[in-house]
Amino acid sequence: MKRPMTMAEKILADRAELPAVEPGELVEVPVDLTLANDITAPLAIKIFEETKINRLFDPDRVVLVMDHFTPNKDIKSAEQVRVCREFAHRFKIKHYYEGGVCGIEHALLPELGLVAPGDIVIGADSHTCTYGALGAFATGVGSTDLAATWITGRTWFKVPETIRFVYRGKLKPWVSGKDLILYTIGDIGVDGALYMAMEFAGEVIRRLPMAERFTMANMAIEAGGKVGLIEPDRRTLNYVRKHSHKAPKIYKSDRKARYREIREYDCSKIELQVAFPHLPSNVKPVTEIPEIPIDQVVIGSCTNGRLEDLAVAAKILNGRKVNPNVRTIIIPATPFVYREALRRGYLRIFLEAGAIISPPTCGPCLGGHMGILAKGERAVATTNRNFVGRMGHPESEVYLAGPAVAAASAVLGRIGSPEELGLKEA
Amino acid sequence: MAAIRGKAFKFGDNVDTDVIIPARYLNTTDPKELAKHCMEDADPEFVKKVNPGDIIVAGKNFGCGSSREHAPVAIKACGVACVIAESFARIFYRNAFNTGLLILESTEASRDIEEGDEIEVDPEAGEIRNLTKGKVYKVRPLPPFMQELIRDGGLIPHLICKYRNARLEDG
Repeated sequence: MKRPMTMAEKILADRAELPAVEPGELVEVPVDLTLANDITAPLAIKIFEETKINRLFDPDRVVLVMDHFTPNKDIKSAEQVRVCREFAHRFKIKHYYEGGVCGIEHALLPELGLVAPGDIVIGADSHTCTYGALGAFATGVGSTDLAATWITGRTWFKVPETIRFVYRGKLKPWVSGKDLILYTIGDIGVDGALYMAMEFAGEVIRRLPMAERFTMANMAIEAGGKVGLIEPDRRTLNYVRKHSHKAPKIYKSDRKARYREIREYDCSKIELQVAFPHLPSNVKPVTEIPEIPIDQVVIGSCTNGRLEDLAVAAKILNGRKVNPNVRTIIIPATPFVYREALRRGYLRIFLEAGAIISPPTCGPCLGGHMGILAKGERAVATTNRNFVGRMGHPESEVYLAGPAVAAASAVLGRIGSPEELGLKEA
Repeated sequence: MAAIRGKAFKFGDNVDTDVIIPARYLNTTDPKELAKHCMEDADPEFVKKVNPGDIIVAGKNFGCGSSREHAPVAIKACGVACVIAESFARIFYRNAFNTGLLILESTEASRDIEEGDEIEVDPEAGEIRNLTKGKVYKVRPLPPFMQELIRDGGLIPHLICKYRNARLEDG
């Protein structure tokens, strides 16, 4: 009988054409899709050109998304995008996204149906692990590894150990996937899953909408994880059918698979979470934090810029005004999200509340542009990192939260919850 | 490969890639430009103080955060010859070797070395020598192919080198 395996082990074994693999083993696998953006692609192109090989393994499996410093924030950024555009033209790369068709990469790729369950995806962006929500083995790499895969179509991995996280119980009002992942990172620390696969399971995950699953898988890297996996179920397959023509390959962990550890959480005790500066693990329940006035709110990013996130913000901001001291920046993650938010009336609600609506961009999340913090300023953001200087000045502060806390804080002018606005139920 | 000798610059746990090279400087891939801002948000004076051959000594999870390869590129380009840490974030770990930056894991060295200590690193022997304190910390020796890879300046230059040598031998 075959050795029982985790989902991560099964994907790697299958694709490496081995009967079984064990943690620690090195395997070479074919790569289904590669991704780079306007920061990492120029470096990968430079490296690729150094090799003088001049041939991509498959231009249709190369995706280039110009989302970080776009719409181009300065001349140097524009030059970087030009390098990518010319490269895409030269090699007939059809999945090149810039301008009005461009969205934040990790929201855009699943929406365009470019990733299916069971795929192996590498991206020169650490949040490539987002696609684990579809049951894909997806992870971030540097520009050299990416350039090498552009040539060979393959890469190598060390088979990771897996930690299984089981979420039980019933979620409290307004609590979302963002709160669950922040709570988890707070529990295990920013290196708690270093080099490992994280597997999210349990009844709460099965009930979680795809948008919130993407949010959880997205932040696996914030605990040092290689991948953040969720077993595909009916909800996954419905999503894939709606968005993609690709055939899903379903991998599920064996019941007797060996885990590094299994951690169980009673979600009925998990409150809305806020990660304090300067680590995503520095979390506190929103009810236990003192009065902290804020200068900016950002609702967006590859973590929480999907339609469902904007729906939560719209519910809270409907008929309310944001505090005059708080710049409230809302960033629909993709053109689709933007159009749907417009059609459903969310954008009108945001404008009437006094918020700013940004085009799809990573922008402020990484301190690029479109909402940079001055010295001493504080922001509540639905983004994924709150390291020193992440959103601007090294002496500014970022507090990470889900869309409910972010939208409520925009109204309150300080960090707080929708309950403080009299909103008891989501 | 030759031993490395330099002064230690100490940093704590979870030194992230935003601190190593802030994203606001990522509108270039030029190593010299990136080097000007290395470690800026942790210590704005770092690039003025660091000399070729110096060594960064840090705690756990060095290089966590973004996948930007600009991070090891910036460290190398500002003259740092080696990073010693208790542990490294996985993307940074791979990026470091791929770009030819020597990195070593040692809890003992990471905890014992102090700012300004004179350090000698011998990756072939698997030794980190603290000349100031007169101590030796043992690490796993770097396998010969990794030493070659670092010497050649990273994975791609290493492959180009090997390819060229193979062609010369074929004559």
